[in-house]
Amino acid sequence: MEHENLIYGINGPVVTIKGKTTLSMLEMVYVGKQKLIGEVIGIERDKTTIQVYEDTVGLSPNEPVYATGSQISVTLGPGILSNIFDGIERPLLALQEKTGAFIGKGINTGVLDEEKLWQVHLTVKAGDKLSGGAVYAETQETPAILHKIMLSPLLCGTVVRVMPDGAYKVNDTVAVLQTDDGKEVPLTLCQKWPIRIPRPVRQRLGVTKPLITGQRVLDTLFPIAKGGAAAIPGGFGTGKTMTQHQLAKWCDADIIIYVGCGERGNEMTQALTEFSELIDPRSGKPLTDRTVLIANTSNMPVAAREASIYTGITLAEYYRDMGYHTAIMADSTSRWAEALREISGRLEEMPADEGFPAYLPSRLSEFYERAGDMETLCGKEGSVSIIGAVSPQGSDFSEPVTQNTKRFTRCFWALDKALAYARHYPSINWNQSYSEYVGELEQWYHDNVGADFGKYREEIASILYEESGLMEIVKLIGADVLPDDQKLTIEIARVIRVGFLQQNAFHPEDTYVPLEKQMKMMHVILHLYHKCQQIVALQVPMSKLLSTGLFDKLVKMKYDVPNSKPELLDDYLTEIDSTLAAYLRK
Amino acid sequence: MIVEHRGLSEISGSLVILEGVKHPVNEELVEIHLPDHTKRIGRIVAIEGDKAALQVFEGTRGLSMVNTKTVLTGKPMEMNVSSEILGRVFDGLGRPIDGLGEIFPEKKRNVNGQPMNPVSRVYPQNFIRTGISSIDCLATLIRGQKLPIFSGSGMKHNELAVQIVRQASLADDDDFAIVFAAMGVKNDVADYFRQSFENAGVMDRVVMFLNVSNDPIVERIITPRCALTAAEYLAFDLNKHILVILTDMTSYCEALREFSSSKGEIPGRKGYPGYLYSDLATIYERAGIINSAKGSVTQIPILTMPNDDITHPIPDLTGYITEGQIVLDRGLDTMGVYPPVNVLASLSRLMKDGIGDGATREDHAALSNQLFALYAKVQDAKALASVIGEDELSDADKKIMAFGKAFDEQFLNQGGVNRSLDETLDLGWSLLSMLPRNMLERVDDALLDKYYKPPIDAE
Repeated sequence: MEHENLIYGINGPVVTIKGKTTLSMLEMVYVGKQKLIGEVIGIERDKTTIQVYEDTVGLSPNEPVYATGSQISVTLGPGILSNIFDGIERPLLALQEKTGAFIGKGINTGVLDEEKLWQVHLTVKAGDKLSGGAVYAETQETPAILHKIMLSPLLCGTVVRVMPDGAYKVNDTVAVLQTDDGKEVPLTLCQKWPIRIPRPVRQRLGVTKPLITGQRVLDTLFPIAKGGAAAIPGGFGTGKTMTQHQLAKWCDADIIIYVGCGERGNEMTQALTEFSELIDPRSGKPLTDRTVLIANTSNMPVAAREASIYTGITLAEYYRDMGYHTAIMADSTSRWAEALREISGRLEEMPADEGFPAYLPSRLSEFYERAGDMETLCGKEGSVSIIGAVSPQGSDFSEPVTQNTKRFTRCFWALDKALAYARHYPSINWNQSYSEYVGELEQWYHDNVGADFGKYREEIASILYEESGLMEIVKLIGADVLPDDQKLTIEIARVIRVGFLQQNAFHPEDTYVPLEKQMKMMHVILHLYHKCQQIVALQVPMSKLLSTGLFDKLVKMKYDVPNSKPELLDDYLTEIDSTLAAYLRK
Repeated sequence: MIVEHRGLSEISGSLVILEGVKHPVNEELVEIHLPDHTKRIGRIVAIEGDKAALQVFEGTRGLSMVNTKTVLTGKPMEMNVSSEILGRVFDGLGRPIDGLGEIFPEKKRNVNGQPMNPVSRVYPQNFIRTGISSIDCLATLIRGQKLPIFSGSGMKHNELAVQIVRQASLADDDDFAIVFAAMGVKNDVADYFRQSFENAGVMDRVVMFLNVSNDPIVERIITPRCALTAAEYLAFDLNKHILVILTDMTSYCEALREFSSSKGEIPGRKGYPGYLYSDLATIYERAGIINSAKGSVTQIPILTMPNDDITHPIPDLTGYITEGQIVLDRGLDTMGVYPPVNVLASLSRLMKDGIGDGATREDHAALSNQLFALYAKVQDAKALASVIGEDELSDADKKIMAFGKAFDEQFLNQGGVNRSLDETLDLGWSLLSMLPRNMLERVDDALLDKYYKPPIDAE
């Protein structure tokens, strides 16, 4: 008779079993009569500890715990895109059908729509040798994305039978593989993969291409590479979620995984409605066609919140393996870290900084290291870029989650309360933020945008830096006493701040700006700067230059020049020349 | 079969340990009978084998190891709800205390509620006019939103909450009701609210839950949950629009801290439990609208920031969950400005989709944006003036200072007046018109042409 595991202790989401068990570490289990989903997180001599992914109200000692023999896994196959899941990949629409507007417990639904027929094209024939990760079939998952069905990375062998092209359900067998030890394995349209194990790749490639976001402050000053990792720390109200939404909408990844981890329910609803109304500027299809939402809101069980990040990244890796560039937005990793802390506290582990467990840095690094530009097992290039929001307590960047995240990401987009108060969005502080990718991406910008892009960027950054020094003085003695060349720096920095860095997410032209226009805008601003420098050197006072209205005009050029006609910006250059010519002649 | 357990094996703070329990159920309700025939209510918070830790809501005073009989009910904490709860007053555990008898339950609801499915939510975008300029124009309240008031001891947050209730309700002829939960507030404050509801003539549409400051602390942990259970019932079963006022969340969090430390849990920041965020979320996230009912739950939690510190864990974590905040300012309050709203720190996240043409007015977004940007400049100018003196400021800065003064005196300081939206927005424009047109860089020309009307002599 099989030994039965019985619940002994219950403390919040943590359940313990007394005595020896045959459960293995990180195994998925069903807890209690209600069959709540749980995971083994600790095994001691006579105690096994389980974290439960659902509310434990109503659980009793001596209820059984059922082993499943496998780790917490996600199901990977067509039907993931444009869907919305909870933290352990249960489709929320299916949950709604079963329990209504409020989420019930112990519900097991299939992850993917098992009745839907997919038009499948088989790409292999009998006799083909396949190694792990090889593509054996294709189906058009959404109008924008061709889903490649791959062999599990753990399998390899020879195809012995292939079904003809046609319509199949996700669990239908479309081919049969004979492994090297002679076993026959039916191949369906889906596979499973444990969420905590990175999917294997052939090799890691260096980053060379930027993830273009259409957000000026990011693309020019602090670019992130495809396959890079970035952190967005910021106190509440500084626009983390807004920035994440903007990236999810406009960045040029093929697939977007948006993980709402311990955040507001209404934000997920907003993402859901907004994304379905927006059209991807590149494919011309609705944004939802390339998006997966994972919603584990703050009032949903805390253990599932911990898993949601891994679920998200595993989905991203799956699409990367097909050769797509994927980006995952995790909002917010602090809530994930807090979930770790909460579970750790219940396990009575020795706390480190601020009650966070000592393994927080290693968990963070494991997560961020799953980003990268890779050569996949099927020989394609694909990438996973991670953009993680961090919500530091009290906006204090010295707290452990921000500090450790900084160690493992190479882009740091610091959101600033003062900028947010002045409604300067995106409120990315240009003095605190950095990107280590600038050097690696230099060549790409040089070849694809313009030879001067790097030069412009440097000059813009140095003007902003100079301004921050000057503002210290201005705060003490006022701007009136500064010499004219310094006044010019302050004025041109204002144009950069208001006219270039500030970007209006609600303005149809300004919400997304192509690189060409960004480059030309920088050119126009710097052109004005250089001309004015010459004029100021001729002892012409700044007040005269300001009265030309050129500065104000440049501030508004982001609205006045449509994205489709960046060449109109050339007219600004001629206008600057003609307006200022009079001063230069004197 | 009801089993009675005699005695207890450990008592510490509000926590007691019961041994030899046959069939404890996590989070079930227990009744503890004392020799004087009174009974106390508690719930099981942790189980280890046949040992159960109980949280006693009404305190452990008078309990001993031998004098109690404990009955396990097998049910989680439930509340009786029916349409009769309107106009009634309950204690912190949802039991009637107004002497009008028990509630005949139409339904029994678990007070902990269940998380709303994000796909079943309807994104809130219906503007609620509060008649308060600083809120309507700059931090607009939206139906289904959770918008807390961050205040400090001694500031006029109660007056503000009452004014919102009074004015918002009158402007709205839909089926609305108010759920009011007091957690650890002074008796006077509870009376003030009751009085104000009566004066506004809405008492028959108010449900009150009172856990005042001398009531048992642990009870406070349940009070907001009872209130929200009532609110959810009224909103989603009876299709009413519910405004929930929770005051004071700081007392709630302190009760939680006290209870957590008596359980011997590892503390997080400032001694608050590590799960404070998740716990607060289970309260705040119960605001919203669902697609299967017509009603809505809008929350206005009030919290007093300890030492006026917005980075204190309570306001900090609240701000991360709620959809914005209205921050009151000690300086403005001292100057006699009412309502003393610190507009720069205040924010409504849902505002952007609830305003503009069709909802409020086409110029609303641009106007509020411009007012924010200019008011931020006022602070810079003030800082500069305090160093070099106001006389030494540049002309532009002087104009900004004058604008700031007028903004505080006219726009913010409205007293108990109920302003229409047009009045509020027009007042905003008349303030902007004090400044030269080129300083209004957030507003496009079409709007400026229509609304910007500088006084003749300024040109």
